[in-house]
Amino acid sequence: MALVGILVMVVGLVLRWNTLLVVVLAGFATGLGAGFSVREILGMVGSLFVENRFMSLPIVLLLPAIGLLERFGLQERAAGLIAGISRATAGRVMWVYQALRQAGSMVGLTIGGHAAMVRPLVAPMAEALAQTGRAPLPRELSHRIRAHAAAAENWGNFFADDILVAIGPVLLMKGVLESAGVSVSVVELGLWGLPTAVMALVLAAWRYRLLDRDIARWRASGPSTESRAREGPIP
Amino acid sequence: MKLLSSEVFFVAAGVGLIAVAVRLLRSTGAEGWTGAMFYGLLGLIFCLGRHLPPEWVGGMVVALVLVLARGRIKPPAPAAEEAEFRRASAARLGHRLLVPALLIPLVVLSAGWLLPRIRGDGWVMVAAKEANQVALGLGCLAGLVAAMKITRAGPRAAVDEGGRLLLTVGWALILPQVLAGLGGIFARAGIGELISQGMGAVLPMQWAWIAVVAYCGGMAMFTLVMGNAFAAFPVMTLGIGLPFIVRQHGGDPAVMSAFGMLSGYCGTLMTPMAANFNLVPALLLELEDRRAVIKAQVPFALALWSFNVLAMGLLVFRQ
Repeated sequence: MALVGILVMVVGLVLRWNTLLVVVLAGFATGLGAGFSVREILGMVGSLFVENRFMSLPIVLLLPAIGLLERFGLQERAAGLIAGISRATAGRVMWVYQALRQAGSMVGLTIGGHAAMVRPLVAPMAEALAQTGRAPLPRELSHRIRAHAAAAENWGNFFADDILVAIGPVLLMKGVLESAGVSVSVVELGLWGLPTAVMALVLAAWRYRLLDRDIARWRASGPSTESRAREGPIP
Repeated sequence: MKLLSSEVFFVAAGVGLIAVAVRLLRSTGAEGWTGAMFYGLLGLIFCLGRHLPPEWVGGMVVALVLVLARGRIKPPAPAAEEAEFRRASAARLGHRLLVPALLIPLVVLSAGWLLPRIRGDGWVMVAAKEANQVALGLGCLAGLVAAMKITRAGPRAAVDEGGRLLLTVGWALILPQVLAGLGGIFARAGIGELISQGMGAVLPMQWAWIAVVAYCGGMAMFTLVMGNAFAAFPVMTLGIGLPFIVRQHGGDPAVMSAFGMLSGYCGTLMTPMAANFNLVPALLLELEDRRAVIKAQVPFALALWSFNVLAMGLLVFRQ
């Protein structure tokens, strides 16, 4: 009976209902199906909402500073910073960002984030490189570049977790295995993440190269407008 | 006793949210009602959530969702004259603009390292498990002060500009926290056990490679539904990984766990349920297509998942 919730969720997502509503409905369907009372379900939703407030903290606390800096031209400044480097391309900027991000998370450092780095710095740099000396990017291409910049953050964040210094996932894995009476070393668990970390950089290079190729194709076709003042990357 | 608690920053965030709600009501009148209700209620939960009974908070969360289902939060329209102002200001302020943006990670890292080490007899500066959140809060605070100093803008401008970005994220802001609630209900209802038992009963696990594909596939699929590989890991590992790959076929548990978790992450890249990674950024970057980030990630995720399966299959049974 509890599986009703999954059904609700799949149907809701496929029909593109309001996502929040789908999630809440799926929660109630699962909970009621498993025999919990409405009060118990509300209690679980409430306590987990409060416990997970930290998930919204990097957005809510960061946005005033980022918003203020953007109002005064941070994105334009970031774009100007990279424009002088002749070998830089949108894809290469993302690859370098991802590599730095992975190097950081390999030793357990979290530097980056969609609000802290991608919106104010990485995305404007990539867009500026794609359109220097050209007309402003077409909407579709500009949005694809931004989506890849967001992906660069995720790929860099996920695929070098705790390889050298165990903090999050490695300790979780050890805990689960130990609860079942299997003992493993934390060092070994971390090091086996290395092949995938390298592969993530290789596969990302392939994706960024495809993006750069499409940008180059557009640059070859569009009219050059050297004299035209560049538009801000994100209005 | 701890001197600095992460609760301080949750309250600060709550006060900020309420300030945005008040400004919204002032500037847009009746049109801003949905937004004002939403941010006001959310701000209350941030400030008081710890002290209210959980059922009440749950009721408030459901109210938030209903507010959003009835009305819309409108992102602000960009004003044309602002672009000129931004360009001029970027030229005037130059590299100084980058200082606060770089200061934030610097403070977060150094505070995260330093604070848990400040301790004495019977007192600590911060509790070890809250250190990251406190460091993040301090970093944001330092960044905000630096930004206000460099741009010479007041706190009202900070609320307005922060509010502008908050509105572009809109309803998705609370989705990760609501999804955490769904995850809790799924866990208590034993959904994972149902799925892994079903897979174990149906698939021919006497073939080692089938077990590997089932485990990695289960990690990815369960993460697709839950949006969180950490929730999938215990279920799939206890239900499929340990009984079949390790006990039946003699696989190495460390290799299995590492590649299994990473297979789960590939699922995270493909699901709207991982809202903080896939949906919030799409809104934050003002993409029309909310699934644009997922679409950019799918080919990568499928390729890397296949690599994980292959690597696990080749490495887990070596010896």
